[in-house]
Amino acid sequence: MSTRSLAKEQPASFAFNADMTALAQRIIAKYPAGRQASAVIPLLDLAQRQEGWVTQPAIEVVAKMLDMAPIRVLEVATFYTMFNLSPVGKTHVQVCTSLSCWLRGSNDVVKACKEKLNIGFGETTADGKFSLAELECSGACVNAPVIQIGDDYFEDVDYASTGKILDAFKRGEKPAHGSAIGRAGAAPAGEAITLTENPAPPPKQDFAAAKAAFEKAKAEAAAKAAAPKP
Amino acid sequence: MLSDKDRIFTNLYGRHDWRLAGARARGDWDGTKEILGMGSEWIIDEMKRSGLRGRGGAGFPTGLKWSFMPKTESDRPHYLVVNADEGEPGTCKDRDMLRFDPHKLIEGCLIASFAMKAHACYIYIRGEFYNEASNLQVAIDEAYAAGLIGDNACGSGWKFDLYLHRGAGAYICGEETALIESLEGKKGQPRLKPPFPAGVGLYGCPTTVNNVESIAVAPTILRRGASWFTQFGRPNNTGTKVFCISGNVNKPCNVEESMSIPLKELIDKHCGGVRGGWDNLQAIIPGGASVPVLPKSICDTVLMDFDALRDVRSGLGTAAVMVMDKSVDVVAAISRLSSFYKHESCGQCTPCREGTGWLARVMKRMVKGEATLGEIDTLEQVTYQIEGHTICALGDAAAWPVQGLIRHFRPELERRIRDYRDAKVRDKAA
Repeated sequence: MSTRSLAKEQPASFAFNADMTALAQRIIAKYPAGRQASAVIPLLDLAQRQEGWVTQPAIEVVAKMLDMAPIRVLEVATFYTMFNLSPVGKTHVQVCTSLSCWLRGSNDVVKACKEKLNIGFGETTADGKFSLAELECSGACVNAPVIQIGDDYFEDVDYASTGKILDAFKRGEKPAHGSAIGRAGAAPAGEAITLTENPAPPPKQDFAAAKAAFEKAKAEAAAKAAAPKP
Repeated sequence: MLSDKDRIFTNLYGRHDWRLAGARARGDWDGTKEILGMGSEWIIDEMKRSGLRGRGGAGFPTGLKWSFMPKTESDRPHYLVVNADEGEPGTCKDRDMLRFDPHKLIEGCLIASFAMKAHACYIYIRGEFYNEASNLQVAIDEAYAAGLIGDNACGSGWKFDLYLHRGAGAYICGEETALIESLEGKKGQPRLKPPFPAGVGLYGCPTTVNNVESIAVAPTILRRGASWFTQFGRPNNTGTKVFCISGNVNKPCNVEESMSIPLKELIDKHCGGVRGGWDNLQAIIPGGASVPVLPKSICDTVLMDFDALRDVRSGLGTAAVMVMDKSVDVVAAISRLSSFYKHESCGQCTPCREGTGWLARVMKRMVKGEATLGEIDTLEQVTYQIEGHTICALGDAAAWPVQGLIRHFRPELERRIRDYRDAKVRDKAA
């Protein structure tokens, strides 16, 4: 298991801004009355989106909003690895190094990131602009290797394209995410061999006949069950 | 090869419009009211007859699972929970359904919920899938606006609400009871079973948890009929399936194919073959990180279905095929998976919490050969101390890859240990 704890230095206070408060209310309304604790992960996520990381005051505010003991919210914040428990860079770069990415050269991608940003895993650049982390399986394995920057996946990357993507971020641009080699989703590279036709609605079965057959079988089974045993 | 007209996920690659208009043009939401009108008994029976086995890894028959829910509503509401917490290394099929075919999933949620008398459904999507969740939320909003779901879903009189819930990066939440705990706002630590979720699940109410693919294929199966679905694959392994082929192939891809397709044919037809040719193949993990690795000799002939892979002591799992050619250090590959399980263990059960860390440490030494020959046996014995001794299957999943490695690549482990020892002796002599 991964052991994580809160940062030593914490801000004095936290409050959701107006937009986030409205979003939080909409999220809480998704769950039945009395089950508002279900909103704890989404609310911590909102806090992180606002501040960049999950602070101790934020944990206390969320606990109060959801009528939870602060320790329960702390448990959640430390358990789920998407919550940054200390400040990260404005551009948070996460490299997937799990098996499928590793098989297709994630070591080169890690090297490119470390060289370009001049930091290691778990570190932030001196200007606070970039931070780097290792990611356990991003779930885009056929588009490996994958880097996640903020909320976006950059797929099919290698040493060179990783460098280009990071350079663009350094210039303050927002490069297009998705496949670096121009693939459509998870389709095989090159000419398509499947799903080449324009998809038409599939044929439907005869529902009336299906229902009749089902009722007949049901009646027969019932008759059999009711019949006196020899 | 499966023909395009028999593929369920006709927008798997996102080449077409994923929104409601595009989905309708591909046949989604066509006659949904009629399907609901057939009644829940018929729906569950048809799903049973289709032979669909759960697509999340365990392969439990979906129709049977649905039939475990109480037949009548009580004061405890019923829930359907869709498991979109995809994160098993190698697996990335649900992602494409969520972002490119979200209406298939939403329609499936309605039909499955109706069949199980649930008025509410939660889709639990992994937190990293932010863009995928955005697409899905747009699709849910469209479905509400069009009256397809909501107070009178599709004009059927059935009230149905669908909610999206984002997780926050914990592989263990893909385990159904951990997912329920997480959805309730707790740490994702699995529950002991029994009671099973169909009796006591979300908020203590009857709940069924299904994988995205199992739910998304349901509308098409019901529309075309169980007998259409059973044409594909072998008995007990019917239907079509989305395979994810990653690693050392020329063209990694997701593709929907017939179940029971030979592994070699799958790779040769759809992925342009193994890098350097089939003879350059070393090993394949056929069903995601948690199933045992197979050497080339088995890959030559094995079929891709639940029973065929079980017979060679591996598994279909999520049908995530990870291919390793001869350039790969297979011991390092399995060691990488051991690190993954160490990271993802929830820490609840001692054999898993301590065992996954121990496996990861010993596997790191095995990569270098820094061990004794006897430690291979110790390693294997420890995997059996973890397997079957934990609340959930994560312990098993951590044990199996190591067992597979020892079963098929023991000579390689022994060679490394000897080489390391010989190098040590040489260093001393020098």
